[in-house]
Amino acid sequence: MLKKLTDMFLTFARIGGLTFGGGYAMLPMLQREVVENRHWATEEELTDYYAIGQCTPGIIAVNTATFIGYKEAGILGGIMATLGVVFPSLVIISIIAAFLTNFADLALVQYAFSGIRVCVCVLIFNAVQKLWKKSVIDSPTTVIFLAVFLVSAILTVAQSFYPNLTSISPIVYVVIAGVAGVVLHGGSGKKEVA
Amino acid sequence: MLLLRLYYEFFKAGLFAIGGGLATLPFLQEISQKTGWFTTHDLTDLIAISESTPGAIGVNAATYAGFHASGVIGGIVATLGLVTPSIIVIILISKVLQKFKSSAIVQNAFYGLRPASTGLIAAAGFSVVLATLLTVTDLPTDPLGAFNWFGIVLAVLIYLAIKKWNRHPVVYIGASALVGIVAGYLGILG
Repeated sequence: MLKKLTDMFLTFARIGGLTFGGGYAMLPMLQREVVENRHWATEEELTDYYAIGQCTPGIIAVNTATFIGYKEAGILGGIMATLGVVFPSLVIISIIAAFLTNFADLALVQYAFSGIRVCVCVLIFNAVQKLWKKSVIDSPTTVIFLAVFLVSAILTVAQSFYPNLTSISPIVYVVIAGVAGVVLHGGSGKKEVA
Repeated sequence: MLLLRLYYEFFKAGLFAIGGGLATLPFLQEISQKTGWFTTHDLTDLIAISESTPGAIGVNAATYAGFHASGVIGGIVATLGLVTPSIIVIILISKVLQKFKSSAIVQNAFYGLRPASTGLIAAAGFSVVLATLLTVTDLPTDPLGAFNWFGIVLAVLIYLAIKKWNRHPVVYIGASALVGIVAGYLGILG
């Protein structure tokens, strides 16, 4: 158990330390470390955790870490995964806050990030492709995917022209999609493997 | 006493900020105005630093703000405050889910929820792509200059590399950072 908890902490510390750009950018790291290397969760479960993590209080990355840790090793597992995922931030940010207040203004850092940001785009695109294969499996799910993607993406573009436009909370999308799932799939009597 | 207050304020931010990273920002502004632990200028620095370091943006922000209020211990306490509500809420939800996992309604709800979750992640990815590769507001006036051509070429190369060698994501991040640094000093960044 101790070995498992240590492994949990170290794996999530690695994920936290290698993720640039926050919650969504963590997805490719989680797919690699948690789904492919450790088998602590499936692609489907990861999608579920992201859906719930966006509708519940707190940081998505932390919520996802807690889900996976708890599922694999109970309450202590959830705590260890969370402590792991925040540990690199604590160390790195403390050092920067103490010694390198102009860190983000350094030419070297800005140049490096102009490359890293492009890479994060491609990694997220690749991660979405993997999720897409597992979650968009027939025509009702295709309709749900397209509706959520288009509404959300069009709102984002519109906001760059009209900054006062309000956005729709992820909770609205997730609740409607959940209800749609029950309505569209409930009658068929089929059971999805969770 | 300060540490308790710090824990409490960030606990509140963790409890009420829904939707991840930047959702914590309004709460940090409120804490800044109410307590004076850090200034608005610190907040601007904090956003820049949170986005240019690894880790979840909200966690980075809490650590930075806590550090300004009370040093290393302050950073730790603020971060622990921020994540405590998540741990409690998610463990409760996990327990409920485990109990009802085999119910048809829950399974059908997840059948609808998964493509929506993928759609939300795709849309968030899309907005990151726009912000990185295109200046949307320049599009009507300067259609060619609105594109980050360096970024577009690099993105295609990274995508091909991922399809050819399925390595750990950090390999591509490291390589892209190097390309960015070299391009920056050569003066060919978009």
